[in-house]
Amino acid sequence: MKTFPIGGIHPSDCKKYSKDAAIEQFPIPASVTIPLSQHIGAPAVATVAKGDKVLVGQVIATAGGFVSSNIHSSVSGTVTAVDNRADAQGNLKPAITIAVEGDEWLEGIDRSGVKRVVELSAEEIVAKVKEMGIVGMGGATFPTHVKLSIPNGKKAECLIINAVECEPYLTADYRVMLEKGEQLLLGAQILAKAIGVERIYVGVENNKPDAIKHLQGLAKGQKGVVIVPLKMRYPQGGEKQLIAAVTGREVPSGGLPIDVGAVVQNVGTALAVYEAVMYNKPLIERVVTVTGSTLASPKNLLVRVGTPMSALIEYCGGMEGIGKVVAGGPMMGRAVSNIDAPVTKGTSGVLLIPTEDALRQVEGSCIRCAKCVEACPMGLEPYLLNTLTQRGDYDELEAHYMADCIECGCCTFSCPSYLPLLDWVRIGKAEVMKRIRERAAAKK
Amino acid sequence: MGSLVTTVLVVSGLGALLALLLFLVAKKFRVEEDPRIDDVEKMLPGANCGGCGFAGCRGMSEALVKSDDISSLYCPVGGGECMKKIAAYLGKEAAEREPMVAVVRCAGSCENRPKTNRFDGASSCLIASSLYAGDTGCSFGCLGLGDCATKCEFGALSINPATGLPEVDEEKCTACGACVKACPKHIIELRKKAPKGRKVYVSCVNKDKGAVARKACKVACIGCGKCAKVCPFEAITVENNLAYIDFAKCKMCRKCVVECPTGAIVEFGFPPRKVAEVEPQTAKTE
Repeated sequence: MKTFPIGGIHPSDCKKYSKDAAIEQFPIPASVTIPLSQHIGAPAVATVAKGDKVLVGQVIATAGGFVSSNIHSSVSGTVTAVDNRADAQGNLKPAITIAVEGDEWLEGIDRSGVKRVVELSAEEIVAKVKEMGIVGMGGATFPTHVKLSIPNGKKAECLIINAVECEPYLTADYRVMLEKGEQLLLGAQILAKAIGVERIYVGVENNKPDAIKHLQGLAKGQKGVVIVPLKMRYPQGGEKQLIAAVTGREVPSGGLPIDVGAVVQNVGTALAVYEAVMYNKPLIERVVTVTGSTLASPKNLLVRVGTPMSALIEYCGGMEGIGKVVAGGPMMGRAVSNIDAPVTKGTSGVLLIPTEDALRQVEGSCIRCAKCVEACPMGLEPYLLNTLTQRGDYDELEAHYMADCIECGCCTFSCPSYLPLLDWVRIGKAEVMKRIRERAAAKK
Repeated sequence: MGSLVTTVLVVSGLGALLALLLFLVAKKFRVEEDPRIDDVEKMLPGANCGGCGFAGCRGMSEALVKSDDISSLYCPVGGGECMKKIAAYLGKEAAEREPMVAVVRCAGSCENRPKTNRFDGASSCLIASSLYAGDTGCSFGCLGLGDCATKCEFGALSINPATGLPEVDEEKCTACGACVKACPKHIIELRKKAPKGRKVYVSCVNKDKGAVARKACKVACIGCGKCAKVCPFEAITVENNLAYIDFAKCKMCRKCVVECPTGAIVEFGFPPRKVAEVEPQTAKTE
């Protein structure tokens, strides 16, 4: 069975809590707060003002640049504020708050059964994806239309659907595969058409055997679609790791997947693209896994963007005995200090960790065991990057391929001395990336 | 026995030969360096703190000797006296600067600014500030993890466990600015040093609207502008809901301290006020 060549770890997948819970529509809340920056790149620019009436699916903010995304209203009602609201980390960020009145959808959004014939051309698909505000829903929220615009001189050879969901606990993608498998594969076909390729690989880890079986059944008779079962290993869902696992090709240092002819899209993104292209439905809701080992009823919920996380938590069993809330999975998710913050396009899960497991272990000293080196899927030396960052030696950091770090957290996970390796490495990476950008800007 | 003698002879012969070689090479490739650089380096305090902008005292002394105009160079640790001595030795004009001291512009102690969550990451302000807004409702204030204290070469800064805030020891502070650079929240500022440690400043950097700031912290500046109105010397400006006292213009009349409704403006080092006067709202003294 295939997997990526170096590094990686094998955490307990903890998917049992929510994997059998079918996707449930979460009730529309009384008010939603929709942040203007739900994607990587420039924040969107608000096009509505206080007092405006909006409908579900109406554009309320337009992309603030090429690498940016439109934002649509996820509810119908009245805009009550366009101001700064605290995000999940407590930082004030521009957002639009809407008081909900009914559930009226914008005209032109179709909500009928499965449609199978794609009528749009490749350019029209990309334009539609851009218009509907689709971003990568695996967590990184990179605007999808940018990924689908193949740069001049490059050629895509295959599309890889990232159905790995290697983050422990999360089951949102898994449920989509089981319940909306057909739509998902149709979405993949649309994406393939947009980038002009015929080969589609769907990478699924072997801890989801029923999803593999289900998708294989659906893919039968579809030309060019291959379901690739992968050996379970974190971080297989990393773009570069997935490409290596599926195609055996290595993305060069500092390069992009398109350099080896691959375009990777997440399961959630493929579904969103399908709905956008076939039904004109913008990205206004997503599947969120709400889970935890002590939670009363872990669920997979279809949530409107802008719904406060606290409402989800309340719905699934409440905060009692919970010491820490994480937005996303336990490996790459971020701790939440403000649980009233809204669900955004990139919120794949809300993980509730009980008090007794919430705190880190006491930090020791590096014993030079090189476990982190062994675990690093990018072949870096995390212990060294940690020291160099603390010393502020950024030239040396860059020479040690700091910019290649994917921030997967395998180093911190594997450290027997509980060193906060990734915390420091992230600081170093941010500084090195800043220097690289400044140099590039100076050249221009 | 014979082999022992040979060994001794060969090794000492080799030693002598190589010593001669080294001597010749050293003579031939000797780098001529201005001897004044060494002298000036000795006159500098030798703290290698980087407060002058150079990596260490050697770099500073090289710059002092080599540049014609040294008015832009200043050693904050040695101060005016040291600079005068060096200038006299080099026959150049020294810069004159007022002595400065580091000031922590946050009074958000555990009492004034209740915690809303607990930070469990690496014990570093840099990391905490890169991850989130902080463990209180104020996203501008001190994180209390002590990056400033670790970076201080002179032991002038320490975190007070009672308040969770750093405190500056004026005797030890040399105004090298290492803490100013280390603080990711830009709370620490170098201000003019006055006799008897007297200080009047706005002890807050919160730029949120008044109501938001006040909700997070009892002693936050709410940007009401009362201080700016009462100041006879136009030393106070209010920008982004935050007052700032320009220490170059401030004459330390302390009218603003009395006027401030939240007690965000603090005074240090003054004798206690007479009973007739209005009590300043912060009774805190050093």
